[in-house]
Amino acid sequence: MELIYLCIPLAPLLGAIAAGLFGKQLGRTNSHRITILGVSIALILSILVAFDTIGEGHTYNGAVYTWAVIKDFRFEIGFLIDNLSAMMMLVVSFVSLMVHIYTIGYLHDDSGYQRFFSYISLFTFSMLMLVMSNNFMQLFFGWEAVGLVSYLLIGFWFKKETAIFANMKAFIVNRIGDFGFLLGIGGILAFCGSLDYAEVFAKINELTGQTISILPGISWQASSFIALLLFIGAMGKSAQIPLHVWLPDSMEGPTPISALIHAATMVTAGIFMVARMSPIFELSDTALNFIMVIGATTAFLMGLLGIVQNDIKRVVAYSTLSQLGYMTAALGASAYSASVFHLMTHAFFKALLFLAAGSVIIAMHHEQDIRKMGGLKKYLPITYWACLVGSLALIGFPGFAGFFSKDLIIEAIQQSQLGAARYAYPLVLLGVFVTAFYSFRMFFLVFHGKERFIASSDKHGGQHTLPHESPWTITLPLILLVIPSIFAGYLLDPMVVGDFFHEAIYVNDAAHSFDPNLNSSLSQHLAVQTISEEFHGAFNFILHGISQWPFILAMMGLSLAAYIYLYNDSLAKWGYKKLHWLYNLLDHKYYADDFNQTVFAKGSIYLGKGLSVFGERILIDGFMVNGTAKAVAWSASVMRHLQTGYLYDYAFVMFGGLVLALSWFLFF
Amino acid sequence: MFQQLVFYLFTGVLIISAIGVVTVRNPIYAALCLILAFFSSSAIWLLSGAEFLGIVLVLVYVGAVMVLFLFVIMLLDLNLDLLKEGFIRYLPIGLGAAFIVTLEMILVLNMPAFKISQPLASLPANNTEALGKILYTDYAYPFEIAAVILLLAIVAAIVLTLRRRTDTKLQNISEQIQVSRHDRLRLIKMQAEK
Amino acid sequence: MISLSNYLVIGALLFSISIAGMFLNRKNILILLMCIELMLLAVNMNFIAFSYYLGDLAGQVFVFFILTVAAAETAIGLAILVLVFRNRRTINVQDLDSLKG
Repeated sequence: MELIYLCIPLAPLLGAIAAGLFGKQLGRTNSHRITILGVSIALILSILVAFDTIGEGHTYNGAVYTWAVIKDFRFEIGFLIDNLSAMMMLVVSFVSLMVHIYTIGYLHDDSGYQRFFSYISLFTFSMLMLVMSNNFMQLFFGWEAVGLVSYLLIGFWFKKETAIFANMKAFIVNRIGDFGFLLGIGGILAFCGSLDYAEVFAKINELTGQTISILPGISWQASSFIALLLFIGAMGKSAQIPLHVWLPDSMEGPTPISALIHAATMVTAGIFMVARMSPIFELSDTALNFIMVIGATTAFLMGLLGIVQNDIKRVVAYSTLSQLGYMTAALGASAYSASVFHLMTHAFFKALLFLAAGSVIIAMHHEQDIRKMGGLKKYLPITYWACLVGSLALIGFPGFAGFFSKDLIIEAIQQSQLGAARYAYPLVLLGVFVTAFYSFRMFFLVFHGKERFIASSDKHGGQHTLPHESPWTITLPLILLVIPSIFAGYLLDPMVVGDFFHEAIYVNDAAHSFDPNLNSSLSQHLAVQTISEEFHGAFNFILHGISQWPFILAMMGLSLAAYIYLYNDSLAKWGYKKLHWLYNLLDHKYYADDFNQTVFAKGSIYLGKGLSVFGERILIDGFMVNGTAKAVAWSASVMRHLQTGYLYDYAFVMFGGLVLALSWFLFF
Repeated sequence: MFQQLVFYLFTGVLIISAIGVVTVRNPIYAALCLILAFFSSSAIWLLSGAEFLGIVLVLVYVGAVMVLFLFVIMLLDLNLDLLKEGFIRYLPIGLGAAFIVTLEMILVLNMPAFKISQPLASLPANNTEALGKILYTDYAYPFEIAAVILLLAIVAAIVLTLRRRTDTKLQNISEQIQVSRHDRLRLIKMQAEK
Repeated sequence: MISLSNYLVIGALLFSISIAGMFLNRKNILILLMCIELMLLAVNMNFIAFSYYLGDLAGQVFVFFILTVAAAETAIGLAILVLVFRNRRTINVQDLDSLKG
């Protein structure tokens, strides 16, 4: 089995190396063949591992290579294979394979064809290393490696000014998160003395009651401190407010990677990490409250932004942000399994939506403005149906994948006893309405209504006046992704209600039982368990869901979108006029980018200039470097008068020294 | 009693000749005074059981080093008046310095550790043999190093004073042997008559 | 009886005389070299005395090495002196101030 585990990440890595270093020699066709082969191997072996782990119940935790030993600290490369990582491996390799195939069609004419395949295979390797790791070191390696590939891919078209800006932005914003993450890992190393998950979780209870003092006089609880630092890492990677600014801009990259990295897998690494670290987060109510507030805020505010976007990819990007907010909020409610479940279903339907958007973009000759589309239904039938399934799954239409996972999250937040739940619950409910509205706004604008594109695509010289369906390499992944987007939700029963994650995820069910303020036998953290007790099969869940607020709100959003964009678009103009200030606020993305640009970017520049002038030129160059030289020169010019050059003067000084030494010896 | 007499006699000669070294005008006299000082201290050393060193001092210093001094003094064309100027002017300073050093030394010598009137242990009767044994056993490596230092001094002295003179005609034998036909003979082809 | 301090006083006197000599003959390198010889002789005198009174040959061994090094030093010193005289036609210390700062 160990060999199989090793092969899973290494097969894509070999593909990446082959396509990256020998891409020219291999040629285009061989490059995509070899990388697809590598990812296929990873997928097949992941399925094998999933059968072995989920089916047979074999888990594995061991090191395959010891990298370095420093006294008591061991830095190892090792694998922890349990239900959580097996599921993540399946999702990652499946979506990755779909994207590989899709890319053949999407980047058919691009000059960086081999480079792109190399990058996404490298990404697959990094992501697999991340989810399979059994220690923080390797987790951090994978974490940084996916960040690097994300950077490379956002700037894939490196001659595009905006792409360069976007990838730099993504990199810098992620650095902030990674800094917190690294500090958190450092804290764990300091308090637990190990980087191995199993060892850390075994010692984790020692953290309770310990405090950490950074500034004198102020001390924090160590568990909250570490959990918050780790969550800052997750905020960067999973694009939570206020570190969300990089994700919309990352849409500058090619669409396949928007699907793979910036929707399905990499951005969920933060969610995965928090779920993996559940024993640490369970120790701290502060951290959980914080997480829930951040998640719910992101879910609602980012959804609102989706309403005003006109770029088809940005709409999907903001919906990704919003969905990540849902997952984060669920983490805050200790509903880790619900969150990971939503992660999985979201990976499928969001990849589907992105790839469908890519298909539309190809058909429109890289026109991304939805105002210049419309009526595409009859030209792109497969894409239309795929997009419809994706959208329905996204808004949580009963029976589709998103319904189960999202309803579960909302119920978990409702059941949560933490203080933040009272704030989070209305936000996530409203978020459902918003999600439905912007999803179907985009859907109707693109596929229904008047055809607004004829005039806009005239620039191609009349060659392709009418859009046509994409080649099979693009539609095949769409069809393959439709299947899990519909049916993945029915895994609810085994995955969440059963104790599928009982080994991987730890929910603290005893810690608060003795809390005198809580006159309930239920602990604050048992939201999912409460739901499970009332669970009577998927069909009943659907029936139950139809009568609940989330469904009603989603239908309201859908209907409103349909009314406005199919029948009466004067309402949109009316709303635009009446709510001009709101539109402005949303159009400027709450001025977050402007704020960052003016305060942080300009501030950094001014700080840098100030340091350059004062710190570098005056203090270091002027005072320390030149000052030292001047001091030496000055003292030398004074002391050179001591050097008369006459032998007897030197002898006299020596004699003086002798007398002094002798006197010292005599009198002291 | 006789020993004491001899000791004080040679001590007196030693001190007077040492004073002579630093005060006489002519460097040759100074060198000769130094020779006398070496002689008398050699005699004192003989009294105190260091026969070998006493003789070595005479042989090496008087026989070699001082002769070298004399050679150098005679070889150099010295302007003695110039060299002695300022002698009177610096006499008080010199005496003062000497006085301070003597005073401090006397203070040191007053320490009880130096109050020894009888030898605490006797040296081996055969001084040269004992010294040789200890030199070639315990001090073999320092002895080797001393030999190397002497060699170094020889080489250094020769290299320093060696000079190449341009106005003398010398044979370069290796050049003469290495010479070949092209260096000396040039064949020119020319018409027999014209 | 001759005691240790007699020898040590001789050494001290010799040393003081040579120091005074250095001050008096500050212009003549030759005499300076001779003063150094005298100083070393003073040191040697102390070594011999201690060797005798403590019954330890190590002192004499040290004198042996000092003599060696002093001989080498004198040889090289005189060689340098000759060289200086050849180049500058003087051994007056007052004229040898190339090291002046």
